[in-house]
Amino acid sequence: MIMKKDYIFEDARIRILETGLLTRADFEQLLAEPSYASALAYLTDKGWGGPDAPKNAEALLEAEEKATWDLMEELLPGSHLLDTLRLSRDYQNLKAAVKQIYTGSQLDAARLFAEGGTIPPAEIRRAVEEQDLEKLPEAMAEAAAQAIEVLARTGDGQLCDNILDKAALAALLQAGEDAEDPVLKDYAVITAVSADIRSALRAARSGRDGETIRDMLVEVPGLDLSSLTEAALNDRQKVADYLNLTPYASLAPALSRSMSAFECACDDLMIERIRPQLYESEKPGPLAAYVIARENEITCVRLLLSGKQNGLPEDVLRESLRNSYV
Amino acid sequence: MGEFLTTGAPEMMQNAGLMNDQLGIVYALLGVALATLLAGIGSAIGVGMGGRAAAGVLTEKPELFAKVLILQLLPGTQGIYGLLVAFVALGKIGVLGGEAPDAKTGLLYLAACLPIAFVGLMSAIHQGKTSVASIGLLAKNPKTFGKAMLLPAMVETYAILALLVSILTVSNL
Repeated sequence: MIMKKDYIFEDARIRILETGLLTRADFEQLLAEPSYASALAYLTDKGWGGPDAPKNAEALLEAEEKATWDLMEELLPGSHLLDTLRLSRDYQNLKAAVKQIYTGSQLDAARLFAEGGTIPPAEIRRAVEEQDLEKLPEAMAEAAAQAIEVLARTGDGQLCDNILDKAALAALLQAGEDAEDPVLKDYAVITAVSADIRSALRAARSGRDGETIRDMLVEVPGLDLSSLTEAALNDRQKVADYLNLTPYASLAPALSRSMSAFECACDDLMIERIRPQLYESEKPGPLAAYVIARENEITCVRLLLSGKQNGLPEDVLRESLRNSYV
Repeated sequence: MGEFLTTGAPEMMQNAGLMNDQLGIVYALLGVALATLLAGIGSAIGVGMGGRAAAGVLTEKPELFAKVLILQLLPGTQGIYGLLVAFVALGKIGVLGGEAPDAKTGLLYLAACLPIAFVGLMSAIHQGKTSVASIGLLAKNPKTFGKAMLLPAMVETYAILALLVSILTVSNL
């Protein structure tokens, strides 16, 4: 008899680990810390970085990120359940490989490539270097071939980035659609909405024409790309006005304020969507939600620490504060 | 034909009577088997679910062992209720005592065992799910143990009602 996999053990373990997540009060406390060093000390006191916590922020955050994925590997050995959350790293690595090989960039590989994707970075690099793209998943291989061709023909790194970013979002949306749990679909859609709006505004600011902007964007349920492009060609407020007519109207006020407020609102919307997973006990949703919550937490801590390091005023940093999952 | 009526009919009637007696114990044992099987299966599923949740919590907080063990074991009672009804029935149908019932009484034993069989099965599974949720609650806040235990215990009410009906009926047949 084939029994459907339940996630009772995994979810119960996650329930305990959720108690260790940073709360809004922790974020406030971090914000109130007088210096970068004291903020770092606050995190290590909370158990961040483990017993031999690294003394610098980047290493500390990397250790926390790795710990999250090590835990998922332990809970779901060999599973592709959370691949949706790892896809962006694959495309980031593909972008790095294409640029490193075809523009002769001398940047340190360790800084360019990110661990934690579904394909080892070395494998992606080798496939690009040996032009053996068939080793990559079909959608990725197609995007890589197109990006390499455009880069060779035009030498325009931005164009190459656009092709790979769009392919990454399309792959993310497809993975979300195919995912076992609706949390992952929500993650994919909100990520794509946020990316589309940011790309459209960035491209409009750098003087791209409507057709180019429209071509950079990926189809997302509830967003009309022509209307978004038209609004982006005007200004940010027009995009916010357009957002008010879509299912993502809750993001509009933040977009009216600033881009960083908008990014923050996107993360908050994601947290709001995943919050019901705190009460699930048999489905994979709490696992996906935990990883998303950890990523959100790490993003927030990264912004706060870098702000502290650069001596940014508290009210500027406060704008970056995300809502906590717990 | 006439010969059959004079020689065959009494034999057939005798066989039918014998079958009637044997059918009685078959029906009664079917009831006993259902009470034990279904309530037992329900409890095994419920306790298994609770066990998986308990193991998840204990991986991170071994100090909660005693509390999660109680929550895990709550869905185990239905199996015991099924066994209790089965023992009482076995004591009356000629297996552990009493006399073998006729077909009609056997059917009554079968009917008497059904409440604990089916309610036992379903309530144990749902109690298991509630125990899992309560273990999650306990994981978040160990101080809520009393409340966490009360929630799955509520499901027990219906298993007890079914036990009462089954045991009273079996005892009075």
